[in-house]
Amino acid sequence: MNFKALTAIALVAGLSAPLAMAGGADDDNMVINGDTDMTTKAAAAAHLDGALDEVISGWHFRSDETQQLQLDDFDNPGMIFVDKAMDTWNAAEGTEGKACADCHDDPADSMAGVRATYPKWNEAAGEVRTLQMQVNDCRVNQMGAEAWKYDAGTAVDMEAMISVQSRGMPMNVAIDGGAADTWAKGKELYYTRTGQLELSCANCHEDNYGNYIRADHLSQGQTNGFPAYRLKNAKLNGVHSRFKGCVRDTRAETYSPGSAEFIALELYVASRGNGLAVEGPSVRN
Amino acid sequence: MASGVKPRVKVPKKAAAGDAITIKTLISHKMESGQRKDGDGNIIPRSIINRFTCDFNGQNVIDVTLEAAISTNPYIEFESLVPEAGEFKFTWYDDDGDVYDTTKKIAIG
Repeated sequence: MNFKALTAIALVAGLSAPLAMAGGADDDNMVINGDTDMTTKAAAAAHLDGALDEVISGWHFRSDETQQLQLDDFDNPGMIFVDKAMDTWNAAEGTEGKACADCHDDPADSMAGVRATYPKWNEAAGEVRTLQMQVNDCRVNQMGAEAWKYDAGTAVDMEAMISVQSRGMPMNVAIDGGAADTWAKGKELYYTRTGQLELSCANCHEDNYGNYIRADHLSQGQTNGFPAYRLKNAKLNGVHSRFKGCVRDTRAETYSPGSAEFIALELYVASRGNGLAVEGPSVRN
Repeated sequence: MASGVKPRVKVPKKAAAGDAITIKTLISHKMESGQRKDGDGNIIPRSIINRFTCDFNGQNVIDVTLEAAISTNPYIEFESLVPEAGEFKFTWYDDDGDVYDTTKKIAIG
C-alpha cells in the first residue's frame, strides 16, 4: 500500500537502487491492542554501514489483511500458543518437581526484556546461546527434565510466551566480547552463496527486499517477529526452521535447527535488526 | 478429549441497552478433517468441532453447524443485540462427545 509515496520519499532522500523500486515497504503504523506503539522502522546499526540505511520489520511487506491479524491479541492466532506455553510455565516437570514459575514467578516481571537481548554470550558456558538453548539448560540442570527438541512445538511456544513479555522493546543484541567470533561466523554465512541457485541471504534480503520473487514479497529477513505464526502452516515457526526453509529454497543441503551454523546466523541476523521492536509472535504468510 | 482445546471469547464489558455488539470467539482445536492419512496409509479419523452455539440469558443468539473443511482453531465472529444486562453462554460440541463452554457477563451502561 502506498508505495508510490514511499518511492518518492526515497528519491528525495537520494537513496539509490534497493528502495527506489516498485513494491517496497508500506508506511502503515503498528499499534498493538490499541495501546502499544511498535517501532517497525529504525536507523540501521553501525555495523550495517554500506549495507542498509534503514531496518524494516517484515510486517511492512505483508498484505493489509495479514498485518491486521497482528494488531489485536485476540485476532493474533499466535497467542493461542502463548496461552499454551503459559500452562507449561506453571506445570511442574522433571526429577526436581519444579515448574518454570517456581523460580521465575510471573514471566511478565522475570522475562521482560529477555527476548530483546538473545542470542547472547554465556560467559560460564563459553558459548553463544539462543533463548531455546537457555530454556533447555534450565530444564536439564534446574528441573531435571528432558531438553526439548530444537524448534519443536513446545519449545517454540515457550519462546513466543517469553517474547511477548518483551513486546515493543527494541532488539538489542550484543555483538562484541565473547560473541564476536560467533557473530563473524554468522556474517560470513549470511554472505555465502549456497545451493544450485547460488543465492546468499543477502541476495534476497539485502539486495532485493521490497521486490517480488515470483509471488512472494521479499522482506529484509528480520528476526524481531519470531516466533512467527505463519498462515501457511497454522503454527508458530522458529527462526532456525525458517532459515532451513530459506536455505532449502536455494536448493542446498541445509543445516539443522540448533546447529552451530544456525546459532551463529541467528545472532548475526538478530544484530541486523537491532532497534526494531520485538514483535513475537508475529503473523506472516 | 482432543488435546489442547481452550475456548476464548471477547465480549465488551458493557453496552447500551438495545445495542448490537460484536462478539469474537476462538477455540483451539486441531479440526482433523477425516480426509488425511497417517504415515502407514490409514485414514486419520475425523475429529472436529461440529456445532457452536451462543445463548444470552437462555435465549439462543446463534447456532452454527461446522463441517469438515473448516480450518484449525475455528474463529467465529458475530453480532448480538443486548436488550438487558446478563450473561452470554458459549458452547462448542466436539465429535468425540465432549462439550466445552464458557460464559461472559455484560452490564448495561
